[in-house]
Amino acid sequence: MSRVAETFARLQAAGEKALIPFITAGDPNPGLTVGLMHGLVDGGADIIELGIPFSDPMADGPVIQRASERALAHKVGLRHVLAMVKTFRETNQHTPVVLMGYLNPVHVLGYEAFAQAAAAAGVDGVLTVDCPPEEAEDLTAALTAAGLDPVFLIAPTTPAERVREIARLARGYVYYVSLKGVTGAGNLDIDDVARKIAALREHITVPIGVGFGIRDAETARAISVTADAVVVGSRLVQEVEAATPETAIEQLTRLVATLKAAIR
Amino acid sequence: MSSYDFPDARGRFGAYGGVYVAETLMAALDELNAEYARAKADPAFWQEYHHELKHFVGRPSPIYHAKRWSEQLGGAQIYFKREDLNHTGAHKVNNTIGQALLARRMGKKRVIAETGAGQHGVASATVAARYGMECVVYMGSEDVKRQAPNVFRMKLLGATVVPVESGSKTLKDALNEAMRDWVTNIDSTFYILGTAAGPHPYPMLVRDFQRIIGIEAKEQMQDMLGRQPDMVVACVGGGSNAIGIFHPYVDVDGVRLVGVEAGGDGVDTGRHAAPLSAGKPGVLHGFRSYLMQDEDGQIIETHSVSAGLDYPGVGPEHSLLKDIGRAEYVAINDDEALKAFEDCCHLEGIIPALESSHALAHAAKMAPTMGKDQIILVNLSGRGDKDINTVAGLMGITL
Repeated sequence: MSRVAETFARLQAAGEKALIPFITAGDPNPGLTVGLMHGLVDGGADIIELGIPFSDPMADGPVIQRASERALAHKVGLRHVLAMVKTFRETNQHTPVVLMGYLNPVHVLGYEAFAQAAAAAGVDGVLTVDCPPEEAEDLTAALTAAGLDPVFLIAPTTPAERVREIARLARGYVYYVSLKGVTGAGNLDIDDVARKIAALREHITVPIGVGFGIRDAETARAISVTADAVVVGSRLVQEVEAATPETAIEQLTRLVATLKAAIR
Repeated sequence: MSSYDFPDARGRFGAYGGVYVAETLMAALDELNAEYARAKADPAFWQEYHHELKHFVGRPSPIYHAKRWSEQLGGAQIYFKREDLNHTGAHKVNNTIGQALLARRMGKKRVIAETGAGQHGVASATVAARYGMECVVYMGSEDVKRQAPNVFRMKLLGATVVPVESGSKTLKDALNEAMRDWVTNIDSTFYILGTAAGPHPYPMLVRDFQRIIGIEAKEQMQDMLGRQPDMVVACVGGGSNAIGIFHPYVDVDGVRLVGVEAGGDGVDTGRHAAPLSAGKPGVLHGFRSYLMQDEDGQIIETHSVSAGLDYPGVGPEHSLLKDIGRAEYVAINDDEALKAFEDCCHLEGIIPALESSHALAHAAKMAPTMGKDQIILVNLSGRGDKDINTVAGLMGITL
């Protein structure tokens, strides 16, 4: 069983929902990322989504765009991100880490070389935002061969036949995009999400995480009623942006603890 | 070359193209693909498209013999395909008409567009006014500064111009922002993509709407000279004017197809916009193609005097044509393009766009190496009125 599957099994047994915080690797500086990851775990993170900085984050709103820009100002690339995960794993063997980003940094390394390096570093899953199932065959094969979970997005616009195709490929969990928009947008409709998740369960057997636009404990709690996991990204990245490097870890831990308490 | 039939059903041009977008956009692209398939088979759609091209755009655009310049160069005869004479001043409108007609078929009342030099933005604003649609144009804030006259033209036409402050603040960032708008307003909005790039079906449908350039040129060359050119030259940013004139010539033997990328300060300096000359395959903006990127797969900032060529990627069909050797791709530096710009003004009485000046510069380079009975056809893709501030600035003149 993969570390992601183990985590969901453990939470399910305890009657808990998973909290999946997202931060961008290298933001605000590369030296802080591993500390922030441990801080997320201290606050109650069940799985960490770690963003791979990219120059052209088409699916992201301004908050995560700026996080990418801050990381890129320190020249943080995918190889550095893998090194950060490796360091994190030296003292944490139980919290799954899922890399989230865009395809080109992965493409340039080569899918097999990337999958092997990621597995060796202690990565558990990979979500490439701009690689839908139609284009994911080679990457999915490489990830699966290396023991990594390919995580896919499902959108409000995804028709049933595509959901079935995604169900066939997805491992670990699927990420339901709660709204039509970019990360951090403000038009989340909780009732709509609940209806969609109920419909998804007809085809999807892996746990369903929900993200995009979840900005506070109250929304997290409402989403967690129907979802298996709640993903919070922009709100946390905003906290990192507003904090000083000295206080960022502490502030992030506190915020994550509030969110985890809300969905427990 | 009769086996040349791309893209395949998945939007692949060999190893290039495809649909690399976030899940939210997939349904919209499938819908667009299905609607275009229906439109393509509908004679009434093409009838209206051609009617609009004739009466609104002023097509066919003429072929013009650049006699004085050819004489001065002392080699091949240079002819221009005069896309600069189209309504709105460039080839871009051929595509925006086609896409706006598709948008209308799909019942979309709001259109969005990205623009670099502003030509596609103007062409989009124009058709939006013509068909009564709301229009929002995304433009890098650097380009807003470089292309002030076009910004004002878009506003006059009733469009909203949104300056994009992220990334390098140029065309690629405008495209990112247009995609973000589309994903947010997917039910109401049609994205009029300006070049033969982006996710499938865009590279195919933009090409199909721009093929009119090559189709006309073939007929006109036959009528005027009883023969086809030895060489067809076009500038390549995203590559829509080039694929428009190249595509009908792909299966014509003996016609060299040459795409001219922006060499900026020189390909050796790294400050350029020439992915086919100095990039490698990657994935950006929904498709796989040659791309300017660093070893981490980050997109490199491009440099060109011409905003319309200032793009780190290139349409996927050009990557295929390069790999199979059917087209050649070269780079022309800023200073060479500016020299051609001036020569074209002085010798032919035509102010060309800085983009097109890259193609002119390569033609001027090649002509002396060819025989006087040989013919180079240059796609003069746009007029240069929009560039007078840029050129004046380079001459140290404030207008």
